Amino acid sequence: MTAALTTDESARLRDVWERLATVTDPELDESVAAMGFAESVRVDGAGDVQIRLRLPTYWCAANFAFLMASDTREAVEALPWAGTVTVELQEHYCADQINLGVNGGLPFQETFSGEADGGLEALRLRFRRKAFQRRQELLLRCLVKRGYTAAALTRLSLPELTDLPLHDAEASRLRMRYVEIIREVGGGTDASGPAFLTVEGRPLDSDTFVAYLRELRRVRVSTEFNAQLCRGLLQARYAGRAPSEMPAYPSTGASRGAASGAEDQG
Amino acid sequence: MFRTADGEEVFIIDGHVHLWDASPENQRNVHGAQFINCFHDYHSGLSPAEYVWPIEKFQKYSPETLYEDLFVQGYDDMAICQPTYLTDFYKDGFNTTERNARLKERYPDRIILNGAFDPRDGEAGLEALEALAEKYALTGVKLYTAEWRGDSKGYKLSDPWAQRYLAKCQELGIKNIHPHKGPTILPLNRDAFDVADVDEAATNFPDLNFIVEHVGLPRLDDFCWIATQEPNVYGGLAVAMAFINARPRYFAEIISELLFWLGEDRLLFGSDYAIWQPKWLIEKFMAFELPEDIQEETGVTLNLDVKKKILGENAARLYGIDVEAQKLKLAGARA
Repeated sequence: MTAALTTDESARLRDVWERLATVTDPELDESVAAMGFAESVRVDGAGDVQIRLRLPTYWCAANFAFLMASDTREAVEALPWAGTVTVELQEHYCADQINLGVNGGLPFQETFSGEADGGLEALRLRFRRKAFQRRQELLLRCLVKRGYTAAALTRLSLPELTDLPLHDAEASRLRMRYVEIIREVGGGTDASGPAFLTVEGRPLDSDTFVAYLRELRRVRVSTEFNAQLCRGLLQARYAGRAPSEMPAYPSTGASRGAASGAEDQG
Repeated sequence: MFRTADGEEVFIIDGHVHLWDASPENQRNVHGAQFINCFHDYHSGLSPAEYVWPIEKFQKYSPETLYEDLFVQGYDDMAICQPTYLTDFYKDGFNTTERNARLKERYPDRIILNGAFDPRDGEAGLEALEALAEKYALTGVKLYTAEWRGDSKGYKLSDPWAQRYLAKCQELGIKNIHPHKGPTILPLNRDAFDVADVDEAATNFPDLNFIVEHVGLPRLDDFCWIATQEPNVYGGLAVAMAFINARPRYFAEIISELLFWLGEDRLLFGSDYAIWQPKWLIEKFMAFELPEDIQEETGVTLNLDVKKKILGENAARLYGIDVEAQKLKLAGARA
């Protein structure tokens, strides 16, 4: 199949996969592409796109499944050349409902009328805040390992953090991930303010720094439970059937079995 | 019984085992097939390769197989059967009290038989619970809050009817409540794994013990918080234990969190058999040591005394088992 693609089609496929790398599983804070949830992508000459999604179990929470499906459709529709974008969630207990709702552009409440008493924004925000805490903890632990003291880290400003000379890829990646999410849910952090505030926007105290890290660990351990389990389950469910046509981007290179690196931190 | 290299005996109560029938003949619909497939993925995803069963064996296994895996190969001295009915998915139910009772009849000194209730059964269910408790002298129940029932996709322990059932448990002397949180609770826009309802139930029924299965995972953070507030909340380690093989450092993080927030007296071992085999879980757990950095940061200990509590002594306390007397009884039965 791939061999017969025109340059134009390959470029479009790459565009789609790049967009998929920006869609995150709200609960796991990992991208749909990196988790292997996008099974296949098809693009035709008119710019219509079909994306098949698959999740680790038939029972994955319907709300998160809906968010991933609708975020996927929205992200790909934003491509300037995109025509009709169709998302097909496979083998899920709510697949029919979700596919109908998402491809019809319906909001969650309407897709699940009678089974929901509101939208998903509060739930999404709750998990973005957990993601903020997780990214912050991983970065803090990484910096502590590299010799930065609690006193120095609690005083550090955001521009100073951005300028820190980090010489390894892992530390730079954790910093990039953290800085990215600050803009979204960064408590009260402004561009020149402290690099590290609690998710509620309170400054960190070097005397209670270790206890603070321990608190954050509790949040991360919960998130990683699902992330780790999901990778194993997806592998078992689809017997390692890799997504088709998925190019080996650096951004999605962590997909097959390799943990996010988080596991070895701390 | 597990014996350490120094010859010390560790008495083991497996807090979570099943004897299920998920064979195609018993499946009612696609959900029944998907349910056991999902369990099988858990099983093959986290078991050491030599312990993985083909799906056909996993769908339905005999009482003899269970006995061999738990009590001959698996070091278990006793095991708690935790029923899960799932009658919307399986014609005769997935793993019912009645089915487990046949095991209890055969191996009376090995099996602790728990019952179950579903608050959506209303008045009739209260009477049924009373009859079940009397028939089997129940001291514990397993609750699967995510069970589908007609149009309903689950219930909460804080629901008025659930509260009535818990009051009934108290009256009947059913002290040990094992809630298992699963996905699909309505309304769907809320977090499906939310454990807050356990908090309310534990506050309202201080004389009951709430052993939260799978330690509230994937909401361990919320669970730990609740458990620090409620002294009658315990953690069942089924599922969490299984990470000890493939992700030992991650397991260390989980267990150290639990030891830090709940302490060594409130954690119960469970294999979740046949999802995982107690043999490898217990061997790995007995050999396990916390990494130094985690131990230093949390200040918790996982020594032999702590392991003995988790593997048996804590469950023995909750279920009124006199360990020394039970050892003699089991030795007598073997002789």
